[in-house]
Amino acid sequence: MTSLLNPPATSATASRSTRILGLLLIVGFALLLYLAFVATPPEQTQGDSYRILYLHVPSVTVAYLGCLLTTVGSLMVLWKGSDWWDVTALAAARVAAAFTAVVLVSGSIWGRATWGVYWVWDARLTSTAMLMVLLLGYLALRRLPADPPAQSRRAAVLGLLIIPNVILVHYSVTWWRSVHQGSTITRPDAQIDNLMLFTLFYGFLVFGVFFVWLMIHGFRIAWLERQVEAVGLEHAIAERRAEAGVVAPGAVG
Amino acid sequence: MFRDAAIIAGKDLRLEARSRVVISQVAPFALLVLVLFAFALDPDSGALSRAASGLFWVAVLFSGVLAIQRSVAVEGADGNRDALRLTGLDPGGIFVGKAVAVALELLVLEVVLGAGVAILYNATEDGVNSPSSVGLLICAALLATAGIAAASSIYGAIAAGLRVRETLLPLLLLPVLAPVLIGATRAFEAALDGKAGEGWPWVAWLALFAIIYAAVGLATFGSLLEES
Repeated sequence: MTSLLNPPATSATASRSTRILGLLLIVGFALLLYLAFVATPPEQTQGDSYRILYLHVPSVTVAYLGCLLTTVGSLMVLWKGSDWWDVTALAAARVAAAFTAVVLVSGSIWGRATWGVYWVWDARLTSTAMLMVLLLGYLALRRLPADPPAQSRRAAVLGLLIIPNVILVHYSVTWWRSVHQGSTITRPDAQIDNLMLFTLFYGFLVFGVFFVWLMIHGFRIAWLERQVEAVGLEHAIAERRAEAGVVAPGAVG
Repeated sequence: MFRDAAIIAGKDLRLEARSRVVISQVAPFALLVLVLFAFALDPDSGALSRAASGLFWVAVLFSGVLAIQRSVAVEGADGNRDALRLTGLDPGGIFVGKAVAVALELLVLEVVLGAGVAILYNATEDGVNSPSSVGLLICAALLATAGIAAASSIYGAIAAGLRVRETLLPLLLLPVLAPVLIGATRAFEAALDGKAGEGWPWVAWLALFAIIYAAVGLATFGSLLEES
């Protein structure tokens, strides 16, 4: 039980390889900051405010990756009853929720600078906000104490539905209205500075590695949480047994 | 499966016929929501009759959440969930039965609310007189109700048996029903404006939503009923 209260170094979530990955990330982010704020020129019409997109766009990608992993994990839980995937789905949903929040906040700030308002009722903004609510609902369910197998199945059905829900919400609001700036990179006549383009793709790379790093730690944390719950339950049962052992003779006598 | 569905739907509707919770509590609540909208939006400015379709569906969703809570609560009492599992009924049939009972209760609520909106919000436009508009209203209402009932039966089962069900269920369910709110509102607006043609694509959308959730419910309800 002492290991529960004072975890030894072996139960830390970092390992040699994740420490190296973490150091690489610090260097990677420093270079990204230099590229995003110093090396790249201001944009023609938006000036400096466009620089927030170096944070915004890779964050969207990470948020979507997290959602995808949550749905895939939930599918595997329902299909195979896999514990590993259950923990992965939870860890991925946490990462996805955090990055969806970053996307909404950075997008609002950019919108204030560019459109003059923090929020417009555009399809992508609205469906991203709904995605945030769906993820918060999923995480709210996962916070509840319950028997692990039943809890996993409930959460898996909920997690499985996150992507279909977002798709349905997205199409309904797109049909409802849309004024969001179209995709710039995929247009054939894209007018984008080479260094800007490099910075953007380099941002994808750094955030991708960051996602992997967060997932490894997130998985280990969620796994340890589960162990603590199991150990805590055993501990509580042992305590009750010990109490019963003391009390029982008196009760009988 | 359909026989099992009929048994479950019959049970839930019989419970409702004897307890009258939806009619005596949820329907008055729905009308109360309509009155509260009138307090919030100035009735003289015409905002109420312009927004009548949207307000109608928001009132349906809010009172629908209460109907679902009720549908889940009747299984929670006295270990009914265990009894339901032990009956050996097909899980798909249980899902369809619960959804059909909820859908019929919602349709009653919609009739009450529809009359309320027409009278209180002065929303009876000329367009509704044409047969195509009436057909659009009925089809949109039926399919939206089917979608709401299917989705809410799934989410009701996810939240069933949890102590925080009352607060968790609306958080899980209402974002999922957003596409129904949008589709049903646009279809109703088209019908009330006398432009029924614009409303039919939304009816198809509502049908798609209902089919998807019915399929998901049939596929997953077995895992949701199972406990450790």
